[in-house]
Amino acid sequence: MADARDINVPDTGAQAAAVEELQDVQGEKMVLNMGPSHPSTHGVLRIVLELDGEIITRAVPDIGYLHRGDEKIAENMTYTQFIPYTDRLDYLAPLANNVAYALAVEKLLGIQDQLPPRCQYIRVLCCELARISSHLLGVGCFAMDVGALTVFLLTFTEREKIYNLAEAISGARFTTSYTRIGGVSRDTPPGWCAAVRQFVNEVVVNIAEVETLLTRNKIWVDRTKDVGVISKADAVDYGLSGPNLRGSGVNYDLRKDQPYLCYRDLQFDVPLGEVGDCYDRYLVRMEEMRQSVRIIHQCLDKIPGGFDNRSKEPVNVADGKIVLPPKDKVLSSMEELIHQFMLVTQGMNVPPGEIYFGHENPKGELGFYIHSRGGGTPYRLKIRSPSFVNLSILSHLLPGHMMSDTTAILGSFDFVMGECDR
Amino acid sequence: MTALELAKQLKAKFGDWLSDPAEFRGEISLRLADAERIAEVGAFAKQALGFDYLVDITSLDNYGNDPRWTVVYHLYGIAHRCYLRLSLGVNEEKSALPTVTGVWRTADWHEREIYDMMGIRFRGHPDLRRILMWEGYPYFPLRKDFPLAGKPSEVPDVAFSKPAPLEGGPFVTAPGGKDAIEREPRGRTPES
Repeated sequence: MADARDINVPDTGAQAAAVEELQDVQGEKMVLNMGPSHPSTHGVLRIVLELDGEIITRAVPDIGYLHRGDEKIAENMTYTQFIPYTDRLDYLAPLANNVAYALAVEKLLGIQDQLPPRCQYIRVLCCELARISSHLLGVGCFAMDVGALTVFLLTFTEREKIYNLAEAISGARFTTSYTRIGGVSRDTPPGWCAAVRQFVNEVVVNIAEVETLLTRNKIWVDRTKDVGVISKADAVDYGLSGPNLRGSGVNYDLRKDQPYLCYRDLQFDVPLGEVGDCYDRYLVRMEEMRQSVRIIHQCLDKIPGGFDNRSKEPVNVADGKIVLPPKDKVLSSMEELIHQFMLVTQGMNVPPGEIYFGHENPKGELGFYIHSRGGGTPYRLKIRSPSFVNLSILSHLLPGHMMSDTTAILGSFDFVMGECDR
Repeated sequence: MTALELAKQLKAKFGDWLSDPAEFRGEISLRLADAERIAEVGAFAKQALGFDYLVDITSLDNYGNDPRWTVVYHLYGIAHRCYLRLSLGVNEEKSALPTVTGVWRTADWHEREIYDMMGIRFRGHPDLRRILMWEGYPYFPLRKDFPLAGKPSEVPDVAFSKPAPLEGGPFVTAPGGKDAIEREPRGRTPES
């Protein structure tokens, strides 16, 4: 009976180790190494699956293939210098990461309430665009993993437009680094707000089209309904967040529960699932996109200064010790020159203390814990990444499912390894 | 119910083990004097005070100070929407404290990460292996005495396992060679 295994990879030593580890005395179980570069692992997640026929009996996730030591790097640079690293956490929603990080440092500085209203509205616009972008990709890849390629093509067409908007506002399509501590790097360019309005009008059509392709599609429903069911209690116990938690019916959305920026002034609903299966997580993401569209419309209606900021509303806090002064002032005024010099060489002077700030990112709760001992660099910066925590439930969730459900479950989790491994 | 009231209730239950609640930027922090009681405090906070959601566990290296490690727990209650921070010190000789995986299962990966990055062990953890670095990595990279540039470490030749069945044979890649010519079987003469 010992010959029932068939290992096709001639040598990845890790594979041999896995076989050793999971060896079953009867030799009836097969060990399958999924990943680290499997199409449905969306990056470099490896799962060692122990199979009895087609049923998973044990799953051991293995992460860290994309570990870059972001937290160590953060301890060795100023707060502002770390902003580009946040782009590379959840690289499907860099704008939202920028906002989350800036808000965390601002909380430590105690200037959260001083952010100019226009800055808050721009940041909310960015967050919601990032949410739509991330969910479009999440749903598209999820559908592709279970065999519906068309959806992926549709959603990617729309995401392209978001990249154009990101490029217009920040200069980069992907690694935006748009926020600064105490504001944003620049005001919206002329015509940007109108372009956002046009985009959200187009994206709702696309979302509706995706909906017609999937929501009542028998194949889709069969593949996702009652697959990967997470109970309310398990979801909370494992610390899931974002659509994965709300798919299980737990009403936890930081935009509502711990309102930051101008979310208090905006009307939106928090969609919740009932069963907690893959289908519910899909439905929650679809509805969240519509709610994001609703938020964006309200922001565009209310944005102080209007579309092109005719009344010259500020977008940065008026504190030269936090935000870089305008360049023309630097070259003509002594005080601004000193501020510029101090900020660039030493960073802002942050008070000693520790804070945690959780931000409702598209993937879930992206939190930054910053421990400062004063000065321009953090003593310790911990990133609480939603994908890392969300994936920790896999070893509990996968056993008992069919092998082919793995792709559906992974797709419905919508994780990003850049953020998970940091 | 505010976070401060909840912190006071926790303090009332455990008395001198906990410090008085400290507030900074609207967040309430408590310091636990004895690391051994963290599981007990956590269980009470979860069951009696509704802190059912463990947001995060993290650790600090107070290099040059005693105790060297600080472990920080962020608790949240989904029903009452309050955060609470619990922190505790662990000295370097011991470098171990009880696990809270029995209270919140999400602690599993957080504790593995702290073990991996700082080298603090969690007693009673079901599966305390490295999580981001590879099995067999000799250092703890988030410690303050670990340089930013890293340290060279041995990467075991054939991943981290026993030799493959045909290893050393004429048609098998020789691991550990300095360049591709040395490693590739077609670059070698059969007898070498």
